[in-house]
Amino acid sequence: MIRRIFITAVLLAIVAAVAAWFLSAPTTLSQTAFADLPDADLARGEEMFWAGGCNSCHAAPGAKGDEKLVMAGGLALKSDFGDFYAPNISPDKDAGLGNWSFSDFANSMKMGVGRDGEHLYPAFPYTSYTRMDMQDLNDLWAYMKTLPASSNVAPAHELGFPFNIRRAVGLWKRLYLKSGSVVRFASSDEAIQRGQYLVEGPGHCGECHTPRSLIGGLKLDVWLSGAKNPDGEGVIPNITPGGGLKSWSAGDIAYYLESGFTPDFDSVGGSMVSVQANMAKLPAADREAIAAYLKAIPAHGNGY
Amino acid sequence: MKYTVALTLAAALVASPVLAAGTPQEERQLTMKSVGQAMGTLAKTAKGEINYDAAAVAKAFQTMNDATKNFVEKFPEGTETGHDTEASPKIWSDRTGFESAVDKFGNDTSNAVAAAPQDLDAFKVQFGKVAKNCSTCHEAYRVKKN
Ligand code: HEC
Ligand code: HEC
Ligand code: HEC
Repeated sequence: MIRRIFITAVLLAIVAAVAAWFLSAPTTLSQTAFADLPDADLARGEEMFWAGGCNSCHAAPGAKGDEKLVMAGGLALKSDFGDFYAPNISPDKDAGLGNWSFSDFANSMKMGVGRDGEHLYPAFPYTSYTRMDMQDLNDLWAYMKTLPASSNVAPAHELGFPFNIRRAVGLWKRLYLKSGSVVRFASSDEAIQRGQYLVEGPGHCGECHTPRSLIGGLKLDVWLSGAKNPDGEGVIPNITPGGGLKSWSAGDIAYYLESGFTPDFDSVGGSMVSVQANMAKLPAADREAIAAYLKAIPAHGNGY
Repeated sequence: MKYTVALTLAAALVASPVLAAGTPQEERQLTMKSVGQAMGTLAKTAKGEINYDAAAVAKAFQTMNDATKNFVEKFPEGTETGHDTEASPKIWSDRTGFESAVDKFGNDTSNAVAAAPQDLDAFKVQFGKVAKNCSTCHEAYRVKKN
């Protein structure tokens, strides 16, 4: 009897392990995703670069001015799971992405899969970038190849068990890597739609402004309701109409993204500073679209 | 007698806001509020929402410069928390960095006062330099807690 239970338990464990192995397998984009892409447009690619805020993580720590165009890597991103270091994504052949194809790049951004077919960690916010259009990615990729190369080699991540097992990220992705829109709107206002794309996709605003589950997945049902600051003290504000932004007009929000000043002339701070500096480089219509979206989303109480 | 009661009352009324602003946490917040108010004048001028007024601009830059005097003394040990402070722990762990951020703000505002811009274009040059200080310091040394 005991023996039978033992054998059953072992069999079940094997089944579970085999299932976990298959469930955690990396998947990549199909060839059809790459069909019919128009020629890349560098100006639009540059806009996606600012909207995506790649420099906030991939520029060298403390980079100023033009150094923010050198994607040398090295910035430490502290989390509950350990310390991640942003890699070098400059066009350098050895240290960076010099040998990557567009297909490698698109798979990293949309599927969270690296060049060797390995899972990437969601400290790289591909859970948002997955909503980007292939054409925008194509433009962005072309633009990134024009940036200066750097031979800097970023430190390896410092993660404890079991977070150092990349394969396990596959199971996490099954739960949290979703490419659909977060908010559903009854109307089809063009500015709101553009704002939705920018916020939920390249802008990855939800990665900071939305609370997370114990295993680090975004709680989409309380989207943008604010969160504890993942790498230190304080909070990241609620930016739904249920929080402090209730009293801000759409114009106030757009002005904040452009200038960094709130309606009572307090100044932007913390990790929002580099986001705001990037937002200031977008066309005014894009900032207005983001503001229109933030005024239209469901209100929530503070998520922290 | 009536007179003394009235006097005491008046004194208490005058004293209470001063008392309320007595802690370093509260004092530095009041100082920064005055900076925010001055910023209101300057930002509205830059946006063209109010007409260019050289005297008002000079006064606003001066208010900011005054704010930097003794500002670092308003962050003594033991005031890291309490009274809704949003000061970052980095102010104490990286004191030199914080002090040089205050110095830079002091220099840029005193240059702006000295430049005494008389028209919008001249003003915008000074405004741009001064305004950068706000986000640079808030990026490193202030955290939203609410
Ligand atoms: C919040 C910080 C953050 C932002 C913003 C960010 N990244 Fe990353 N990125 C990372 C981290 C951390 C990794 C490492 C992930 C890993 O090792 O699994 C990474 C990895 C990558 C990789 C894979 C590199 C490799 O060698 O495997 C690419 C490509 C990449 N990022 C591109 C971008 C682009 C393009 C943007 C802007 C649109 C961007 N990233 C924005 C943090 C970020
Ligand atoms: C890296 C994390 C991060 C990302 C990404 C981010 N934010 Fe923020 N955001 C913050 C923090 C931190 C603050 C608080 C700023 C401060 O301390 O003054 C903030 C503040 C704000 C505020 C002001 C709220 C208030 O009550 O003062 C708005 C509006 C805002 N963010 C919008 C956005 C939008 C739109 C995006 C996407 C384009 C975005 N944020 C992306 C971290 C982030
Ligand atoms: C050298 C650093 C530094 C500079 C420069 C700076 N600030 Fe501040 N500011 C702070 C700190 C620290 C706090 C938080 C104080 C506290 O809560 O104890 C703060 C808080 C504030 C507040 C909130 C005050 C309150 O509690 O109501 C406003 C408004 C403000 N700053 C506006 C500005 C503006 C506008 C500028 C630029 C003209 C600016 N600050 C420049 C450090 C700085």
